[in-house]
Amino acid sequence: MTKTEEIAQGVLAGDRRSIAKAITIIENNTSEAQKLISSIYPRTGKAHVVGLTGPGGSGKSTLIEKIVREYRRKDKKVGIVAVDPTSPFSGGAFLGDRIRMQELSTDQGVFIRSMATRNCLGGIAKATKDAVKVLDAAGNDVVIVETVGAGQSEVEIIKVAQTTVVVFAPGLGDEIQAIKAGITEIADIFVVNKADRENADKAVMDIQAMLQLNNKENEWKPPILKTTAITGEGVPQLIEKIEEHRRFLGKEVGRKRSVWKIEAELTEAIKERVASSIIEDLKKEGKFEKFLQKIMERQIDPASAAEKLLHEKLRKPS
Amino acid sequence: MQSERKIRVLVAKPGLDSHDRGAKVVARALRDAGMEVIYTGLRQTPEQIVETALQEDVDVIGLSILSGAHKTLFPRIMELLKQKGLTDMLVFAGGIIPEEDLPEMKKIGIKEIFGPGTRTETIIKFVLKNVPKRT
Repeated sequence: MTKTEEIAQGVLAGDRRSIAKAITIIENNTSEAQKLISSIYPRTGKAHVVGLTGPGGSGKSTLIEKIVREYRRKDKKVGIVAVDPTSPFSGGAFLGDRIRMQELSTDQGVFIRSMATRNCLGGIAKATKDAVKVLDAAGNDVVIVETVGAGQSEVEIIKVAQTTVVVFAPGLGDEIQAIKAGITEIADIFVVNKADRENADKAVMDIQAMLQLNNKENEWKPPILKTTAITGEGVPQLIEKIEEHRRFLGKEVGRKRSVWKIEAELTEAIKERVASSIIEDLKKEGKFEKFLQKIMERQIDPASAAEKLLHEKLRKPS
Repeated sequence: MQSERKIRVLVAKPGLDSHDRGAKVVARALRDAGMEVIYTGLRQTPEQIVETALQEDVDVIGLSILSGAHKTLFPRIMELLKQKGLTDMLVFAGGIIPEEDLPEMKKIGIKEIFGPGTRTETIIKFVLKNVPKRT
């Protein structure tokens, strides 16, 4: 048995050291990573993957700690992937999500892993998806993914999570940002955390108002819940809603949504590959460099350059 | 995706003192040197520290202590690391540790101890030089 096979076996047996090593292999994207994933993949798909996202300071980590405690009370095993940004300057990262969760660290039914984005756009490490698969295959009932960010980037979470929870806190001035970011489309559940603060009801109303502007007829109406993570208030209700959403996904309409998500993911994967293959071509032909130079000399702007290049490239031979 | 191996470091504060300035300065310096630093906050038990090191699969553990309880807590941490089979992790320490205790601390497997006034570059160099080669 190779070392990777051994680790894969360990993961399937729920061995914690193997789980940790498997995630490292994935993060470093060695040639072993794909082998590892393909050998554990048949055993994935059992865990419910819950994404938590929202602006910094809204209390995500503290809330997760309470969510996990609630799941543990129900004797569910939980895996957590907490994503923090990589510094674009040094390539290093300060991963501090555990600070709020350390009391869970010695619970053998909980596995927490911190991950840096390693300069991936989207608020999610590229390796996050595969780390989730490892925690899933290792027999966790629930896998929670915590991501950074406010704004467009957090939309990425829906490709990883089955149920996406968007967390706000009163007084962060997030309401307008939320509208900008198109968060209405990604949230399955809204949470206004720090509900003991004043203005919590106003935050709820702002989200309600925003949802009303959403004309689309959806079978799932995202509920808006209030929690106070520090005391745990509202957390059982949140778990109940997460479970309700899980049941919804099991139904016909819900499944349609899952298909839609996979479709979006596939579309994106194709786009990425098309773009990189075109760019590679342009580089080979020297056109990329040529336009780069022109842009640097301010003869043309980047968008117009892209248009010209693509026009040539995509023109059908007549 | 990058395929380069990042150095992952756990910076932990065992015991009951609440002076985390030093630990945070070191954490920040290591981050700025391109490492991924996991910081767990104050008042960690040896069990929490070792379990965290395991889950995070770190290469390096930095312990900061100013309470004077290093002679109790450090041996316990080293023992637990051994029990869990985590003997390939580099362990260093910092804080207030009397000169006369240094030989004992090194004997139990703490590779280096940095006292007050240590330059962060010294610590970065030490980590880069001694980080275990893992595949």
